[in-house]
Amino acid sequence: MPGYWPHTEAEIAAMLEFLGLRHIDELFASVPEALRLSGALAMAPGRPEPDVLAHMRSMAAANRTLVCFAGGGAYDHEVPPVTAALAGRSEFVTSYTPYQAEVSQGVLQAVFEFQTLVTRLTGMDVANASLYDGAAALSEAVNLAVGTTGRSTVWVSQGVNPAWRAVLATLASGPHHCLVEIPLVGGQTHWESRGDAGRAAHGDAPGAVVVAYPNYLGCLEDLAEARRLCDRTGALLVVAVDPIAAGILRSAGSWGADVVVGEGQPFGLPLSFGGPYLGLFSCRGEHVRRLPGRLVGETVDSDGRRAYVTTLRTREQDIRREKATSNVCTNQTLMAITAAIQLGWLGSNGLAEVATRCAQGTRYCRERLLALEHVAPLVPAPVVREFAVHLPIDAALAVDRLAEEGLLGGIALGPPYAEDGRGLLVAVTERRTRAEIDRFATAVEKVVR
Amino acid sequence: MSEGCQTAAGGRASSAPLLGGDEEPTLFELSRPGRRAWQLPTTDVPEVPLADLVPADHRRDEPPPLAEVSERDLVAHFTRLSHRQYSVDLGAYPLGSCTMKYNPKMCDTVAGLDGLATVHPAAPARYTQGWLQLLVELEQALCAVTGMAAATLQPAAGAAGELTGLLLMRAWHEQQGRQRRSVIIPDSAHGTNPASVTLGGYRVLTVPSDQRGCVDLRALRQVVDDDVAGIMLTNPNTLGLFERDIAAIADAVHEAGGLLYYDGANLNAIMGVVRPGDMGFDIVHLNLHKTFATPHGGGGPGAGPVAVTSALAPLLPGPRPVLDAESASYSWEQPARSIGPVHSWHGNALVLARALAYALVHGADGLRQVAQLAVLNANWLRVQLGQLFDVAHEEPCMHECVLSAATLRREHGIRAVDVAKGLLDEGFHAPTVAFPLVVEDALMFEPTETESVQTLYALAEACRRVVARAGVEPGAGDLHHAPRRTPVRRVDEAQAARRLIATFDARPGADA
Ligand SMILES: Cc1ncc(COP(=O)(O)O)c(C=O)c1O
Repeated sequence: MPGYWPHTEAEIAAMLEFLGLRHIDELFASVPEALRLSGALAMAPGRPEPDVLAHMRSMAAANRTLVCFAGGGAYDHEVPPVTAALAGRSEFVTSYTPYQAEVSQGVLQAVFEFQTLVTRLTGMDVANASLYDGAAALSEAVNLAVGTTGRSTVWVSQGVNPAWRAVLATLASGPHHCLVEIPLVGGQTHWESRGDAGRAAHGDAPGAVVVAYPNYLGCLEDLAEARRLCDRTGALLVVAVDPIAAGILRSAGSWGADVVVGEGQPFGLPLSFGGPYLGLFSCRGEHVRRLPGRLVGETVDSDGRRAYVTTLRTREQDIRREKATSNVCTNQTLMAITAAIQLGWLGSNGLAEVATRCAQGTRYCRERLLALEHVAPLVPAPVVREFAVHLPIDAALAVDRLAEEGLLGGIALGPPYAEDGRGLLVAVTERRTRAEIDRFATAVEKVVR
Repeated sequence: MSEGCQTAAGGRASSAPLLGGDEEPTLFELSRPGRRAWQLPTTDVPEVPLADLVPADHRRDEPPPLAEVSERDLVAHFTRLSHRQYSVDLGAYPLGSCTMKYNPKMCDTVAGLDGLATVHPAAPARYTQGWLQLLVELEQALCAVTGMAAATLQPAAGAAGELTGLLLMRAWHEQQGRQRRSVIIPDSAHGTNPASVTLGGYRVLTVPSDQRGCVDLRALRQVVDDDVAGIMLTNPNTLGLFERDIAAIADAVHEAGGLLYYDGANLNAIMGVVRPGDMGFDIVHLNLHKTFATPHGGGGPGAGPVAVTSALAPLLPGPRPVLDAESASYSWEQPARSIGPVHSWHGNALVLARALAYALVHGADGLRQVAQLAVLNANWLRVQLGQLFDVAHEEPCMHECVLSAATLRREHGIRAVDVAKGLLDEGFHAPTVAFPLVVEDALMFEPTETESVQTLYALAEACRRVVARAGVEPGAGDLHHAPRRTPVRRVDEAQAARRLIATFDARPGADA
């Protein structure tokens, strides 16, 4: 039987004898007889590695690789060999939470650098060591805002990724946050619209106002207006940023955000069918005692040398238990280290260049599609790294047909973005060539006909 | 003593060479303006000036101030950082409750397969049949191991699984038209349990452990009433003891209309021996990063699938991957009364792929052997360590053993944390310290099944030397000054909290 244990039969026998046992089953004497499994587990016996690898390879081969024009929070960016090689070092891969700081300086310093990079990008004072994904970061931000303001009403722009909003809705059902969705008009959040229906139904002032920058349709929001709204109502401003676009856009911090969240997948993580990704979380310094999850701080060792350690631990579940700011324990540290490596590789100018190229590809692709008959902009607002068009046919059908052409054409949009289901959300990264974009435009022309 | 256990130990890392005692500069100190590593592909996409792409009021004036380093310096920096890091690949990592077993390299190969790693999560099901099959196969394996009917693979870690489970519990009660306000957890529970209970909108009711270290059944019966939504347990519990009264506990909770939640952090002890479903549990989370050997990544990613009975299956997060037997194809299905999704996409998919590969290599027989050898190792080590430390509970343990440094503390002022630091000097990772909270100065050792008896022996001998140092007069050689051979010496945690420096820019003198 295959396995990774080192024991020889003779050693097992000797260990049992040492313990005064005759049979290995006697180790389980405390498990009541009546509960024990009488036969084997309902699964096949073990198989050698090469057989299992062949099976896994055959499943991998059953996924068809398509040229990616889809985004929606997961983007096909360049992952250089150097990032993959460094992030794959087994010292990072096979360690755990740095509970013993003296033998964990590698992970701790890498996370400290990650925290610094995130704050420099978002314009915030502190960033944590990671959360599960963008949706988790959003939910934690809302919890922080509700906890800080003592108000459980949360205004969430429909420009925030709908998958994240769905997770937020699931998780908000526990503590009973009241989520009020604010619609987009022309591609930008129409905060006013909350006026009639919203005020009547949820007269309470919000504890948080949540907006995305750029939003789900790729549009730039008026963050100054969102900030003024927060100043008027006393809410915290939570901004969900796209971390690549942040390379060319003003930082959310400079617009007055209190908490900035995001999905860090574009920083060196492959698409991976949706995970493991990287929840980015940063905030103003005054909120640090409500920060969810781990935080690495600099300190000294007993010889006075610079050293790093997880800090402000009394916020966390293992110490504060039911009063903890969050329940997160295992997070996505390896992804945070990967992001630090990737951002180190890109540097200031490389990130700006990637963002610029995405915006150029977006511009070119959008113009190509809008030149087609019956393809129109879905919304008029200016876009940066993703855009939405209105097709003359059902968008899900178009996506299916484009797949037959070897293209992942985007994400089909239905309500509330396109009531008729004919919206298509398209993402163009720095990896897409002009030839691919031309082929894409030709294919769209063909499938919508 | 087992024969031959005194030969060379594969899991002792005391030979790891570490050059020099200097600090490693940060990326920001290595940075020089104008240096670069990045290279981007040629695309022939028409260039447009940034000013024409982004409206002026939204545009950054300067690129974000990250760091500017060469590829060579980047590689050297992170390679040196990796040399300042203990890991399972380097040596034994007996961190209790965390199941730091060896992670098969084959699973790295699986996670790196192009056909898995390059797939966009929104790609139509017709083009991701391999991924869907993989997820369905994993769900089946997890249901087999737990004795449950269906599972969601979305939760990204154990704590996310707990919160998912509690929301399922809430939805189930609401469906029965009941409002219940509290959830019971034992005082030995992991901190994520009470934290998740709060986030699930419930109040925590704590039940004490009895002298045996198990749930006090009498105390439990007193708190169970019709306001109790359920109980969260891990079995074996965090003291490494099997809750023998589990059937009676299940009856008491079920009779009051509550549900039983199984924290699967300790599943490694019982795979193939007993299933949570047979113990009466309704909701089970698994920590694939523990039991199914997916690497812990310096603190994550993990994966915390949640398996449930058939009664709860319609409430699971969606969409769920399903096999349509007729067309022999896979698709996504929304459960009838789903609580909603708990992840942006489908969970930590590449972690799930690793776990399936691990499950398939082991199979029914191998998983059972994993549990047996994990328990054998823990008991062998427990007997060795019982000669050195106070024993929290006299009985044989399951996959981990909890000892106490209480006597060392009383007699020499040596705490569990000092023992831990001493072990680092011996070339081992430390056990979990100060948890579970119900044991004074706890030392929780979980050797896992992948350590050899030689490694266990060397670990016990290392502990013996550490304990011998407890009596050393205060001074450079005493345990309060351990560790001495590590990249940095005892780290000042108090200063870190007092003078918070959470970014490079917050350092004194940095012009932030
Ligand atoms: C007993 C127990 N329960 C729950 C958890 C939480 O799991 P995770 O860290 O994956 O969130 C852990 C581990 O950290 C644990 O040891």
